[in-house]
Amino acid sequence: MRFGVIRFPGSCDERDAQLAASRVGDAEILWHQDRELGGVDAIIVPGGFSYGDHLRVGAIARFSPIMTAVDTFARSGGPVLGICNGFQVLCEAGLLPGALLPNVSLRFLCRQVELDVVSAASAWTRACLPGERLSVPVKHTTGRYYAPEPVLEEMAEHGQIVLRYAPGQNPNGSVGDIAGVSNAGGNVLGLMPHPEHAVDPLTGSTDGLKLFASAAAQTPVAA
Amino acid sequence: MTRHRELGLTDSEYDGILAALGRVPNQVELAVFSLMWSEHCGYKHSKKALRTLPTEGPRVVMGPGENAGAVDVGGGLACAFKVESHNHPSAVEPFQGAATGVGGILRDVFAVGARPVAILDSLRFGEPRDSARSRYLLERAVAGIGHYGNSIGVATVGGEIYFEEAYEHNCLVNAMCLGLIETDRLIRSAAAGVGNVVVLFGARTGRDGIGGASVLASAELGEVDAAKRPTVQIGDPFEEKKLLECSLELLERDLLVALQDLGAAGLTSSAAEMASKGEVGIDLDVRRVPLREADMEPFEIMISESQERMLCVVEPEQVADVLAVCQRWETRATAIGEVTDTRRLRILDAGELVGDLPVTALVDDCPLYDLGPAPPAVGLYPAPRAVLLEGADAQEILLTLIGSANLASRRWAFEQYDCLVGSATVRRPEAADAAVLVLPATPDGVGGGSRRALAASIDGNGRRVACDPYRGTVEAVLECSANLACVGAEPLGLTNCLNFGNPEKPHIAWQFTRAVAGLGDACRALGVPVVGGNVSLYNEGGGGPIYPTPVVGMVGELPDAARAGRLGFAREGDAVALIAAASWAPSLVASELSKLRGEPLTGELPQADLGELHMTHAAVRQAVRSGALRSAHDVAEGGLAIALAECCIGGGLGANVDLGPLATRVADPLALLFGEGPGAFVVSGPADALRAFGGAALALGTVGGDHLALTGPPGEGSVAIGELARVHAHGLANLLRW
Repeated sequence: MRFGVIRFPGSCDERDAQLAASRVGDAEILWHQDRELGGVDAIIVPGGFSYGDHLRVGAIARFSPIMTAVDTFARSGGPVLGICNGFQVLCEAGLLPGALLPNVSLRFLCRQVELDVVSAASAWTRACLPGERLSVPVKHTTGRYYAPEPVLEEMAEHGQIVLRYAPGQNPNGSVGDIAGVSNAGGNVLGLMPHPEHAVDPLTGSTDGLKLFASAAAQTPVAA
Repeated sequence: MTRHRELGLTDSEYDGILAALGRVPNQVELAVFSLMWSEHCGYKHSKKALRTLPTEGPRVVMGPGENAGAVDVGGGLACAFKVESHNHPSAVEPFQGAATGVGGILRDVFAVGARPVAILDSLRFGEPRDSARSRYLLERAVAGIGHYGNSIGVATVGGEIYFEEAYEHNCLVNAMCLGLIETDRLIRSAAAGVGNVVVLFGARTGRDGIGGASVLASAELGEVDAAKRPTVQIGDPFEEKKLLECSLELLERDLLVALQDLGAAGLTSSAAEMASKGEVGIDLDVRRVPLREADMEPFEIMISESQERMLCVVEPEQVADVLAVCQRWETRATAIGEVTDTRRLRILDAGELVGDLPVTALVDDCPLYDLGPAPPAVGLYPAPRAVLLEGADAQEILLTLIGSANLASRRWAFEQYDCLVGSATVRRPEAADAAVLVLPATPDGVGGGSRRALAASIDGNGRRVACDPYRGTVEAVLECSANLACVGAEPLGLTNCLNFGNPEKPHIAWQFTRAVAGLGDACRALGVPVVGGNVSLYNEGGGGPIYPTPVVGMVGELPDAARAGRLGFAREGDAVALIAAASWAPSLVASELSKLRGEPLTGELPQADLGELHMTHAAVRQAVRSGALRSAHDVAEGGLAIALAECCIGGGLGANVDLGPLATRVADPLALLFGEGPGAFVVSGPADALRAFGGAALALGTVGGDHLALTGPPGEGSVAIGELARVHAHGLANLLRW
């Protein structure tokens, strides 16, 4: 299993994501100006501040040359994970429903939180059990998930609400405590928490590893 | 003939410039001299004292004088680190002042080739309860630090905040950065190779920060500072992120001869320093510098402190490759000059010579002044306002202290910082006495499978230094060493930021010289070399001088990250013990309790037995490293009772503690509970393991229950951990809502 982690100008967590993914497979860094994905089996759009969050979070990175290839890859069923800023980019790119708004506190918040796995059907949560609780950190200023009510209903129906903050732990005011959502196919997952910072007992929990392991356990799709 | 005075130069300094040049300087030349001979760049009031500090040690690979110092951390790696102030800009505009303080210290670290891995910060403000302005400064400075550090992707892993009336008119914002680099790849800033090209890369140059070093950093702040706001730089962490990655790639590809960041005094200082260190000359053409505003004067271009810029020296045949790397990172790069053999800094404007300055006069001939120290005849600082009533019992004092501005949890602040990026943070803020970062795994597996780690701590208690500049500064060094001991780390080196008032005043000169003497003595006794630092003088506002505040940043190493100590009690039934030096003699002088009682800064601080404490710290370090302890926490602000409370809160566990065995050591029950002074640690672990330390570890009780229950000479008392934790957690936020 080969993971490709995209690096935009302003990405911060791409090495962390590469390190995390390399615990379950091979992982390499992809450059935002590339137009091809180099034959990788899964894509990670990492956290950070692509293009300095200028204009609007994720709004510029979404137009990077590599995102055209990511769009094709995702629409053909390839597993794509967007973490934090990556989630914001995938929403901007139209690969995931909804949008991320500023935290209710209007402040950056870095904190360990607990997540409930709502759906274990997505490509990135298959190694989890439904209802399983994961300890993973969040760190963001713009992480309040929002989608209109009808969209949320549709998402619930299709099992697209994949992760929720455990009761009482919603750190940002996300609607319905939503922490992570997938596309209808379940191959594209975006989440605000950082699973790549939860893969080593030395630095915290190891619950985040399950997301990478979920993708690694799958048969690679032809991209 | 008063122009030089407006630029902060004295008449005799101006005469020195006339002599050095042999003629009257033009506007450009005078501007350059005024910056190079400012306190900020020339250290003219501090250098003589700083020369007394010990700077050598077996692990030092780069000492003071470069952009950052560096120590060998094994496995072929060096840790480069430095602390620097951004006080005056932060007092004028706290968000940008603090943000660019972080930006500046990051550049110092990657200017030596190291990848920044951690930031710590040390902040001082006026009393939040009394001052809306201090609450504003705190809110905005913390936001500025977070904005820059988070956006650039460097973990902010630790720091400290104190609130004292003496900082009301002059807050302090000190930032420390640690970076890692393969030791043999450290790069220096000395320009070399006549004919080599000088390339400026990064952001464009604008009118922000004109005269920051001389106007802001080297004079007292007045009542109205809005007019100085244009001297504060505006930071752009995205620009710096690209600059960082670009710089490291240029170094990785061996494309650079020398590298230097542009900080205080901009191009002027960077070019002069590079030429001075390389014993060469540099020609710069200001018209080639990419500008934000087209009509900038040559002197403005030379002294602009626009952020996110670096200067490098490149061999002519490598220039194309350098520009290509910069373009890939979308970073502007322009050849603006060349290295010459003239030993002069020559400034051209579209080819026309507009300034011609001897480098040695700029850098080496900056006048150095002897200080005229004299102890103050009367106390300099008014007594604080009492917030604790006479006759409060121990339980009331404990709860008031743990929720007070200086002792309450810093969670409100540190949750605004990314402490995780880099995947190396083994101990997050408030999990241990020092931050711990695991080092990259070595391919050869040195250490038999265990992962080595770095530890870092930053400390400096201004109130205690104000009480006794010598002993207070010794305590700051000891506090850092004690913090490292609690995670099992051995100190490798130290950086310092000396924040003081106006050194031209005898009592400030006295504070400064006594503090530097204390710093030097403590470093020699503990065997910790000073590898770099920064001086911030003239910290005086309308209300008089700040507390003298030497901030010490210490870096250490530990052999096994998995055994890094924690501060919180970990397991029911564990024994609680005190490891205390024989010289431990806590007293209420200059303590947090004395402050809450509104007492003036009088009396003597306990004298530290440095030789003995060196051994005590080593004993604690060894105990943590052996894995025998489950927690270790040094007794510091607020004394033993606060230390015990913090251990309980940290672990979410209570403890039953009998202070009876300590009655013979400390006669005054309140001093036993809340007295301060170096030399004691609260540790916990299996009773058998603690007994192995014999008399060195004095058994005090047991971890367990949901109360901190104390018996002994002060009487009996018990506080629910839930209540302690609540008061501790909300103390700061409550003060900010005041």
